Amino acid sequence: MRGGYTWRVYTACSVGGMSIGHTLLGLLESGPRHGYDLKRAFDERFGHDRPLAYGQVYSTMARLLKNGLVEVEGIEPGGGPERKRYAITDAGITDVEAWLAQPERPEPYLQTTLYTKVVLALLTGRSAADLLDTQRAEHLRLMRELTRRKSSDDLADQLICDHALFHLEADLRWLELTAARLDQLAAAVTR
Amino acid sequence: MTTEPLLQATDVRKSYGRTAALDGADLTVRAGEVVAVMGPSGSGKSTLLHCLAGIVRADSGELRYRGQDLTAMSDGRRSALRRSDFGFVFQFGQLVPELTCLENVAIPLRLAGERRRAAEAKAAAWLERLEVADVAGQRPGEVSGGQGQRVAVARALVAGPRVIFADEPTGALDSLNGERVMRLLTDAAHDTGAAVVLVTHEARVAAYSDREIVVRDGKSRDTERVS
Ligand SMILES: Nc1ncnc2c1ncn2[C@@H]1O[C@H](COP(=O)(O)OP(=O)(O)OP(=O)(O)O)[C@@H](O)[C@H]1O
Ligand SMILES: [Mg+2]
Repeated sequence: MRGGYTWRVYTACSVGGMSIGHTLLGLLESGPRHGYDLKRAFDERFGHDRPLAYGQVYSTMARLLKNGLVEVEGIEPGGGPERKRYAITDAGITDVEAWLAQPERPEPYLQTTLYTKVVLALLTGRSAADLLDTQRAEHLRLMRELTRRKSSDDLADQLICDHALFHLEADLRWLELTAARLDQLAAAVTR
Repeated sequence: MTTEPLLQATDVRKSYGRTAALDGADLTVRAGEVVAVMGPSGSGKSTLLHCLAGIVRADSGELRYRGQDLTAMSDGRRSALRRSDFGFVFQFGQLVPELTCLENVAIPLRLAGERRRAAEAKAAAWLERLEVADVAGQRPGEVSGGQGQRVAVARALVAGPRVIFADEPTGALDSLNGERVMRLLTDAAHDTGAAVVLVTHEARVAAYSDREIVVRDGKSRDTERVS
């Protein structure tokens, strides 16, 4: 059995399970952007009811800069961090790649991260189907573990396992539906 | 695991008219393992199972069972092999309606030439094990869906098969009964050392397997395969 999550690269903080750093990096892959532009792109695609605070963008970009994952390509006159134009570095691309390739930890409400990964994969021309396959395998691994655990006679423990299993099953049904609609999704996302 | 594969399908193709039901499917099954075959409706899961079990002849590709080439076998030898080595469970029990549940379970043994009394004694033990001893004297039409599936599982296991082919065995059951049938099926298979090829599109059913393969558009990859 594979160990799973010992290897994780944390380059940025997570909000609601979503790594803002990786998402901003991913958004930079299509070309350099200014801070304010990044925030807008993020909010539009992934912000939903929770737009990024400017402070969050700049602290995240400062960390990415420090870690060599982005570089400053130019500064517009007027100053201020929102005027900086960021470009992703090779190390940054590798980091996004690793993040997209690393399956998310299966948990009841991971759709947001997974949705982000699917959209980013589609936006960056990577295989969203592979990503979904990897995730399905990861979910099934956990479901097997919980199913094995259910063979004990502890009914209360079976109950909590079933709770988890039904949530995981719901995730998987979403994965399957998404996998079946990837072509349409790709068209909609890159429009 | 490095055990010699029991059943190995390589690049199997099967068309029905212009429909390519299987378009290059791989699958390896080792002794005693439970392999789930997953995938969307119409992707070719049942066709793969039918080819593996020698029920349907593949157009091309390699199908080996314990070193023997299934595609080169005569129809007579293949059905003999099915009777001696394979057990089957389908979505709807496919029990013989005129016979009692006990007689249904005894069929594989009777076909193998066992005498009625010995066969029915073994059948009774399997019904007991699957917790449906009380319906032994009833006909399939008189039992519930869950009971009928347990009877079908007993029939699949009674003759000591090396492989059980199960196509959506819980498809017609509610989740509680489905789970019970899966538990009984996989426990019995593990105890007897039988391998199970389990076709299902339900993740909670697939979670009873040791590993899964996914069929998409008639194609499947098996990452576990030994080359
Ligand atoms: N006997 C047949 N004659 C003609 N076409 C067939 C036959 N059996 C299967 N097909 C076709 O082959 C394809 C694969 O069918 P198959 O039954 O293997 O799918 P499946 O994955 O088992 O689907 P489901 O989950 O709905 O049972 C389908 O397009 C189906 O219509
Ligand atoms: Mg089918």
